[in-house]
Amino acid sequence: MATTTTTVPSASPVAGSRSFLSRLREGDEIARMITFLFAASVVLVTLLLVFELWQGSVLARHKFGFSFFRTSVWDPIFDQFGALPFIYGTLVTAGVSLVIAVPLGIGAAIFLAELAPARLSDALEFFIDLLAAVPSVIYGLLGVFIVVPLMRDYLQPALKNTLGFLPLFQGPAYGIGFLTAGIVLAIMVIPYIISVSREVLLSVPRDQREAALSLGSTRWEATWKVVVPFARGGIMGSIFLALARALGETMAVTMVIGNNPIVSASLFSPGYSIAAVIANELTEATSDLHYQSLIELGLVLFILTFVLNGLARLLIVATSQRGAGMGNA
Amino acid sequence: MKRIAGMLLVVLAVAGVLWADNALSITGAGATFPYPMYSKWFDEYHKQNANLSINYQSIGSGGGIKQVTEGTVDFGASDGPMNDEQLKAYADKHGSGILHFPTVMGAVVPFYNIPGVTAELNFTPEALAGIYLGKITKWNDPAIAGTNKGISLPANDIVVVHRAEGSGTTFCWTDYLSKVSEEWKTKVGKGGSVNWPVGLGGKGSEGVTGTVKNTPNSIGYVELTYAESNKIPYGNVKNASGVFVKASLGAVSAAAAGAAKDMPDDFRVSITNAPGKASYPISTFTWLLIPEKFTDVAKRDAIKGFVKWALKDGQGYAESLSYAKLPNEVVAKELKAIDKIQ
Repeated sequence: MATTTTTVPSASPVAGSRSFLSRLREGDEIARMITFLFAASVVLVTLLLVFELWQGSVLARHKFGFSFFRTSVWDPIFDQFGALPFIYGTLVTAGVSLVIAVPLGIGAAIFLAELAPARLSDALEFFIDLLAAVPSVIYGLLGVFIVVPLMRDYLQPALKNTLGFLPLFQGPAYGIGFLTAGIVLAIMVIPYIISVSREVLLSVPRDQREAALSLGSTRWEATWKVVVPFARGGIMGSIFLALARALGETMAVTMVIGNNPIVSASLFSPGYSIAAVIANELTEATSDLHYQSLIELGLVLFILTFVLNGLARLLIVATSQRGAGMGNA
Repeated sequence: MKRIAGMLLVVLAVAGVLWADNALSITGAGATFPYPMYSKWFDEYHKQNANLSINYQSIGSGGGIKQVTEGTVDFGASDGPMNDEQLKAYADKHGSGILHFPTVMGAVVPFYNIPGVTAELNFTPEALAGIYLGKITKWNDPAIAGTNKGISLPANDIVVVHRAEGSGTTFCWTDYLSKVSEEWKTKVGKGGSVNWPVGLGGKGSEGVTGTVKNTPNSIGYVELTYAESNKIPYGNVKNASGVFVKASLGAVSAAAAGAAKDMPDDFRVSITNAPGKASYPISTFTWLLIPEKFTDVAKRDAIKGFVKWALKDGQGYAESLSYAKLPNEVVAKELKAIDKIQ
C-alpha cells in the first residue's frame, strides 16, 4: 500500500563505520550493487522505450505536429492521420469500466475482508485470483458471444427507453461499441480491484476496529468510517492498477468496440482505442507515414498512462496522509 | 579403443545431421491468406528434399514487403503487388530488383444476415459500392431489390461490416470497388486498410463472420476459402460481362485466364473485374516476392527449384485447400521468368 509515505531504511548510515573491503567481504556491497543494477534496468528500459517511440515517429511528428491530437481522419491510403478518435475511445472505455468496476469491486472487497467468514473469503479469493489470470482473448470471446447479444437485445433498448433523452444513450443499438467495451473491461478489472483492496483492508491493524467498536459504533460504522478510510491509499492504488490495465487492453477491446474511428457522445456508437488500432494495423502498414503514425500513437498511449499514473501517485499521497491522520486520531 | 571409435561415429552422425540441417534453411515472411497453401507446399517439398527447409512466418503482406526490403528474410509474400514506390525503395537499397510470382488465386465473397431471407442475393457493382460508401442504406433500396425480384427485402437499415485490421482480403475488396466505382476510387481508394466511410470493424475473418451472424440486417465480406470451410452462404456478383456469377474455384480461374492475355512481364496485375462471361469479378492472385539477385548461390538454386515445383506439382494441392489453380498460360510465362533470378 502506501509505499510512497514510508521510506525504506538504507544501508548508508551503517556503511560509514566499516571499510569498503569488509563490507564487500560480507557481501553487502555486492548485493547492493546487483540489486541497484536491477532497479536501474527498470529506469533504463523505460527511457529506452520513450527514446525508441520518439525516434520511430519522427516523420509523423514533423508532418502533423499538434494537429495529430486534434484531427480525427485516419486514412492510410491518402496518408492523413489524426489521433483524436483513438484517444477519445481509450479514455471513454476506460472511464466506463471504472464507473462500473469501482463500486462493485470495493463493495465486494469490503464484504470479503470485513463481513464474510474467513473460510468463504479465502475460497472466493481463490476464484478472484483465477479470474485475474484469465487471458484477455477469453474475455473478448465472452464479450462477442454473451455480452454483445445481451446488450443489443435487452440492455441497450432498455436504456434507450428510460434514459434515451440523454445523448449518452442515443443512436442505433448494434450491441458493440463504447459501452460494451467498457463493460467487458469492467469484468476484466474487477478482480484486480477486489484482490488488492481486500489485502489492504485485511492489513488494517486490529486495534483500529476494536477501538471503534469499543466506542459504541456498529460493525458497519467501524468498517465504513474507520477501516475503509484507513485503507484509502491502498484502495486508490488498486483502482489505478485497474485503470492502467483498462487503458492498455487490446484484444478484448478490439473484439467488441466496433473498430471505427468515431468521436461520438453516444456510448452505443462504435469506436476505436489506441491499443486496438496499433495491434490491427501495424503488420499491414506499408507506407512509412502510416507505420510511424502508429508508433506515435504508442507514444501517446505511453504519455497518457504516464500522466494518469502520476496523478494517481499524487492522489494517493494526498489521501493516504489524510487517511492515516484519521486512523491515528 | 572400440568405444572411442563408437563415440566418434556418433559424433560424426550428429554432426552430419546438424550439417545437413544447416545445409539450407530459407526464411520467408508475408501474406496470411495463402499461408495454409504455403505451409502444405513447404511441408511436401521438404519431404522430397530433406536437406532444404523453408520457414515461413505469416505476418501479413505489409510485413512481408517490409522484411524482404530490409533483407531480413530471403523472400516475401503479398496479397497485393508492390507499388512503384515500394519497388523503388527496394531497388535503392539493394541495387537490383525484386520479382513477383503469382502462386495461387483466391476470391472474396459478400455475405449477409437478413432475417427472413435465405435466398442467394444478386449484387451489382453499383449496389456493393453504394452500400460500402454509405449511400445505399436500406435493404429494399431499388439498387438491391431491382436485381433480386421475388425476394422480399425488408426496409431495415443496412449494417456494414468490414475487416478491422489490415489484410489482403480488404485489398482485393477495395481494389474491386475502386475499379467499379469512380467515387470509391477518389474518396476511399484501395489498400490493406482504408478509411471506411461507414461500418463496423471485425477483427479477422472470424470477427467479420461473428459480427454479421450476430447483427441482423448486416453485410460483410470474407475470403472464399473461409466461407467454404465454414459453410457460410454468400451472394452472387455481376461481372464485367453483365452476368451474375457465384464464386467458385472455376470462376476464379476463369477470371485469371481472362486477364492472362494481357499479363504484364512483371506479373503485377489485378484480376478484379476481369473480362469473360464465367469470370468471378472479386478475384485475386497472391504473390511470392523474390529478389532478382542472390549472393548465396545455394539459396538461389533452392528457391528456383521450389518455385518451379510449386508451379507444376504444387498446383495439384491447391483445390483440396479451396485455392484456385493458376491457368496454364500464366504458369508457362512464370517458368520463363524464373531464369531472371540470378
